[in-house]
Amino acid sequence: MEKLTFRHRTAKPLPGTKAQAITGVVASGNLEVLMERSLAPDECIVEIDTAINGYGPVWEAVVSDFVARRQPGGLRITINDGGARPDTVTLRLLQGARLMEAV
Amino acid sequence: MADWRVQRKARDARIERGRVHAEGKLVAASAVVDLLEAVLLPGDRVCLEGDNQKQADCLARGLSACDPVRVHDLHMVQSGIVLPEHLDIFEQGIARRLDYSYSGPQGARIARMLYGGQIALGAVHTYLELFARYFIDLTPNVALIAGVSADRDGNLYTGPNTEDTPTVVEATAFKNGVVIAQVNAIVDRVPRVDIPGDRVDFVVEADRPFYVEPLFTRDPAAVTETQILMAMMAIKGIYAEYGIRRLNHGIGFGTAAIELLLPTFAERLGLKGKIATHWALNPHPSLIPAIESGWVEQIHCFGSEVGMDRYIRERPDVFFTGSDGSLRSNRAFCQTAGLYACDLFIGSTLQIDLQGNSSTVTTNRVAGFGGAPNMGSDPHGRRHPSDPWMKAGEEAGGTGDPALRRGRKLVVQLVETFGDKLVPAFVERLDALELARKLDLELAPVMVYADDVTHIVTEEGIANLLLCRTLDEREQAIRGVAGYTDVGRGRDHAMVEALRARKIIRRPEDLGIDPLDADRSLLAARSIKDLVHWSGGLYEPPAKFRNW
Amino acid sequence: MAMSPVSLSADPLDQSWYEASARARLDALVDPGSFEEFLGPEQRVMSPHLPAFDLPRAFDDGIVVGRGSLGGSLVLLAAQEGRFMGGAFGEIHGAKLVGLLRAALQVRPAAVLILFDTGGVRLQEANAGETAIAEIMRAIADLRRAGVPVIGLIGGRAGCYGGGGLIAGTCSRLVVSEGGRISVSGPEVIETNKGAEEFDSRDRALVWRTMGGKHRRLIGGADAFADDTIRAFRDAAREQIGKAPAFDLATLEAEQARLEARLDLFGDARDATEIWSRLGVNDPAAVPGLDTDRFDALLARLPEAPHDAR
Repeated sequence: MEKLTFRHRTAKPLPGTKAQAITGVVASGNLEVLMERSLAPDECIVEIDTAINGYGPVWEAVVSDFVARRQPGGLRITINDGGARPDTVTLRLLQGARLMEAV
Repeated sequence: MADWRVQRKARDARIERGRVHAEGKLVAASAVVDLLEAVLLPGDRVCLEGDNQKQADCLARGLSACDPVRVHDLHMVQSGIVLPEHLDIFEQGIARRLDYSYSGPQGARIARMLYGGQIALGAVHTYLELFARYFIDLTPNVALIAGVSADRDGNLYTGPNTEDTPTVVEATAFKNGVVIAQVNAIVDRVPRVDIPGDRVDFVVEADRPFYVEPLFTRDPAAVTETQILMAMMAIKGIYAEYGIRRLNHGIGFGTAAIELLLPTFAERLGLKGKIATHWALNPHPSLIPAIESGWVEQIHCFGSEVGMDRYIRERPDVFFTGSDGSLRSNRAFCQTAGLYACDLFIGSTLQIDLQGNSSTVTTNRVAGFGGAPNMGSDPHGRRHPSDPWMKAGEEAGGTGDPALRRGRKLVVQLVETFGDKLVPAFVERLDALELARKLDLELAPVMVYADDVTHIVTEEGIANLLLCRTLDEREQAIRGVAGYTDVGRGRDHAMVEALRARKIIRRPEDLGIDPLDADRSLLAARSIKDLVHWSGGLYEPPAKFRNW
Repeated sequence: MAMSPVSLSADPLDQSWYEASARARLDALVDPGSFEEFLGPEQRVMSPHLPAFDLPRAFDDGIVVGRGSLGGSLVLLAAQEGRFMGGAFGEIHGAKLVGLLRAALQVRPAAVLILFDTGGVRLQEANAGETAIAEIMRAIADLRRAGVPVIGLIGGRAGCYGGGGLIAGTCSRLVVSEGGRISVSGPEVIETNKGAEEFDSRDRALVWRTMGGKHRRLIGGADAFADDTIRAFRDAAREQIGKAPAFDLATLEAEQARLEARLDLFGDARDATEIWSRLGVNDPAAVPGLDTDRFDALLARLPEAPHDAR
């Protein structure tokens, strides 16, 4: 297991009022993403517990792209990863953001 | 005076020696070893029918039980290395040389035996190429083939899995070779004659029905959201744009997803009748919903698929069937059809390099290629126009009189950027090159060459390689859809954006597709059971695919 | 679009139970918007043992517990996530279900619904898991004696195996779908111990014929057979709450008699089809292919119809 943390500043907060959302399941090649609206509106922290070691740079790239694309200000994002591929991670992050945007 | 009948006499002598163990043409399963030891000579070229699906397994067991003192150093020329016995005979010294096409389940063992020097490899062929060599320089002395039933005269009914049999028999029987067939049953009258009896010298009633591998069944329950997204992009960004009506699909969950999206996603786009009407394809169960929804006009098959026989029998307007009602498949004809009469091939692979060469060979697996290299190549012998072919030719550029411009076949690689266990599909250098170096092969086993590939579809987007004008553009187009692999992260971001502006790279959003809409509820069938329902109960899936 | 013989509806209630996640099942099962989770993922009550095995944890340890309303009545619910470690019972996972059942004794809901999806006890936390199984069975007995029905719903990928199969045996009523499987030892376990000749675990038709929903319904191992949709499970659960038997000596004696009679009748059968034939099914080979309506019709016609006890 490897623990990774990424902190980002965003230009704006993620729209919506939902306080928390969870998507995905911890299984082989899958992951769960918990999003909580608990930070300052220009802050986003992503904490990852992953089953596969050595993919730090890939996670960093995936998370940066997601933050640039969705501007998830205010979100604490916690991930339990069962060894998901980067495209699955991106998909879950986008699904989570869509859930959080619900009024 | 020259003797022009040396081979013919040798053949007659083989048959005469074999007759000792036969009653007419009929041979008991218990006498197979005696028959083979009588007919075979050391160094013979032998085709032990191992097709993509159908296996002459009783004869394979017999061959591997032969005495290596009497039968040795055979040169095996067969399309499929599928059964353990196909390789056992090399360990036993019964066989020495090998020329083949495909070896899915035995890929890892072949690699070990090649490294260990137990197999002298001729080449890994495409199907049509190996079949062609049967008629030029790899003609079998003995063919060991499989059918469903035979009569006493040797007339053979191959059943829906005709596959390679007519080709193998044609080359062997008409060039002084001996044909030995195993059948599940000896009957008074065969349902239809697939192989006339005068081409069959011996018929063995097998101890059990020949084995058929259910290779083309993909359980819709295992189709992922990523595969659905890629299928949506392929349909909207390629099938619809080029108006692809004549096509071939490789095996894989990506292509299964496309088949399952035709009656739903593609139908909503108004594409029915405009795409995917004429096919060179095995009877994929995942195509049943599209067939039942009236999408498909006709399908010619390489082989059959386990469980599809009753369904095919009830859909003769769609499939090629015999007077008896059952499917007639033929690999050589269908490969030819896929090569010359289809405008698109789409399939998956394990590795793609920076220029677009792809291979399913890795350093510890030599799986061979199946039909992909034939389907996935631009046929320079093609002369008839079609809209997709002409449009692709135009995109590929070229100067001079347009009436002299060749069209291009669309060869699409549908590949997820990471495979199982996070193994990247995009690499700087193919493992096939390393394998070639270690085994001292003149040619690396490449499945689809870079100059044949026209599009690469990944979950990140579509790269249209036809529109690339320089090698550098081509490399960045590939990097630009290679996701978070090392190759993908090594992209030149500015150049990739420039390629996107020229529509060489297209993202889901460029095609009006939201990745979050890629949901399993888009699939026309979400389980094998759904496929059974679609077929009105005619599809009978094998036990390993059932959960009821 | 052409007429489709399978449902292409996007309504959450029409989704496949087999495919849905534990959370999706719960959300659609109860009255819309009524589900309220206890110990939600934000509380991060996770396994204390899995890190020692270098294995990833889940925020809910593979079980979602909470309350909701079903047709307006309060129910407590627990749903196992079969994809996280096979839905197996670990320490937290088990404790959450024990806690829910004990709370029900105070709250007195109209019923407790357990959405099973489990291979049994989690190997890495076996002692805690086994203890939990025993505590859960005890808690269910207490609840039933207090007059609260406990309904088991079984139709997930992992089936209901091991300790899960034992717990199911203590429920007031069981609803099963065709894809659902109920047993104690799983197919692979049987094959490993007895050989492939005795039980070929890769022969999926055999596995389902022996442990699947239709067989369990036919021999009275489950009380209702549902289509593989959340709607069908919802309807069946509501109906079964009303049919839950009293938990008294008469019920237990009737159950004992039922099980003894079942053993007498079928104890020497070599295959499920033989059992079905003895039950009076004319064409046992056709049973796996029957849809729910035709299967229910068959059940109604049987001379030896599976009778209720529990």
